[in-house]
Amino acid sequence: MAIVECRDIIKYFSVQRGYLKKGAGVVKALDGVSLEIEEGETFGLVGESGCGKTTLGKILLGIISPDSGEVLLKTKEKQAIFQDPYSSLDPKMKVRDIISEGLILKKGSKTRLLERIEKVLDVVRLPKGSLNKYPHQFSGGERQRIAIARAVVTEPEFIVCDEPVSNLDVTIQLQILKLLKEIQEKFRITYLFISHDLRVIKFMCDRVAVMKDGKIVENRGSKEIFTGPVHPYTKLLLSSIPRIF
Amino acid sequence: MKYFFKNRLALIGFIFITIILAFALFAPKIATHNPAAIDTKSILSGPSNSHILGTDTLGRDIFSRIVYGSRISLSIGFIAVGISVGIGIFFGSIAGYYGGKIDSIIMRFIDICLCFPTFFLILAVIALVEPSIFNIMAIIGLTSWMGIARLIRAEILTLKERDFISASRIMGARGSWIILRHLIPNAIGPVLVSATLGMGGAILIESSLSFLGIGVQPPTPSWGNILMDGKSTLGVAWWLTVFPGIFILLTVLAYNLLGEALRDLLEPRIVANERIESK
Repeated sequence: MAIVECRDIIKYFSVQRGYLKKGAGVVKALDGVSLEIEEGETFGLVGESGCGKTTLGKILLGIISPDSGEVLLKTKEKQAIFQDPYSSLDPKMKVRDIISEGLILKKGSKTRLLERIEKVLDVVRLPKGSLNKYPHQFSGGERQRIAIARAVVTEPEFIVCDEPVSNLDVTIQLQILKLLKEIQEKFRITYLFISHDLRVIKFMCDRVAVMKDGKIVENRGSKEIFTGPVHPYTKLLLSSIPRIF
Repeated sequence: MKYFFKNRLALIGFIFITIILAFALFAPKIATHNPAAIDTKSILSGPSNSHILGTDTLGRDIFSRIVYGSRISLSIGFIAVGISVGIGIFFGSIAGYYGGKIDSIIMRFIDICLCFPTFFLILAVIALVEPSIFNIMAIIGLTSWMGIARLIRAEILTLKERDFISASRIMGARGSWIILRHLIPNAIGPVLVSATLGMGGAILIESSLSFLGIGVQPPTPSWGNILMDGKSTLGVAWWLTVFPGIFILLTVLAYNLLGEALRDLLEPRIVANERIESK
């Protein structure tokens, strides 16, 4: 059953060249995108920078609205994990407040706040002493764990992971990816996993949509895409994975 | 705190303001005479053992008047700046966060306010209302919030694109929550700098108004009206103008030094260096 569905999403951004020349052009960030994400799966979204991946994620989360098209979300419990762990945590807030924010904003979940925060800290494997520290006292990987804790603590059913590991060291990337998988199994979460890194996509995703210039050019199972790509752009992407040996 | 000991000038500013603050808080203990006590035997006497900074045309002790005047000057600085910071943050954060038409309206309104020369606007308003201390504080505050509003708007324009704001919105936060919990705490740094500098400015404006006779009304002593009292006898009694003048100068200077130091301290690059050093 599809937990997230969108049809014919169109989003154009107008490009302004200075104050006097208005509407000099439009960028077609999303040009008729439709997709369905099944409950419990990890749906990958891959493509080059600027192809509209992040915009689509934000539209599904409802923080920007599309010019046309419709989004159907079967759950209200949605969350996001962002690319840059330096910009995704409020630098003036303690970890305790960062993680509890979602619970405070969500109605009827103010009880046993500390207990729930400590539990989720355990899930992402951060020491209890982290609660009274500020984000700048942590490394990139630890910050991303805090961001994951913030997302998981509200018990979401759908999480948009927008390039969650592309700013991290390779060794830490794997830890974080494994943690995300573990959390998915534990809490039965559906992921929309946005990345430009095909190796990460291959590791994480059940199904993959390939995007180019605001359109989905190929949308199939992960295995099929990696073994037999159909669209020439997918082939190009696959051939560009660096092979070390 | 460590920074202040490295920066001598900032430390001097800080110490001087602390002294003036002590003057204001413990005025009855520090003052050697009653500031309103008229002593006809020692009119216009120069600095001496009994009157360390001399006396004025009515024989009142200048030092004691300056000590009591610091109450007026400091509280005008604090409250006027408090008012302007409050209004500035309110309009600036709303303009910055909501953007669009609201932003245009607020910013054009600020542009209009900036068109009036502040000092003459204050003069005009004082002509209409009674020049009580509270009115002066309010007027200075109401005419100097525009810079703060612009400052906080600019900060918020860059801050609101950060991911933690998106995260908060995804979790269902409303505008007011985001502004109060995330945007203002992160944008407050430059405002603190501007507020510190503004306190010096407010003291200057108050002194100017009192000097012109439309500020704090005698017999309440303020640095500005002590200065004005001395104006007519400048030729024979220099201490009447020089000492309050020095206090005004040093206090404003101290605020400026402190403001500059805060600016250095809050500059992200320098803060980063500090952190590395402290590790």
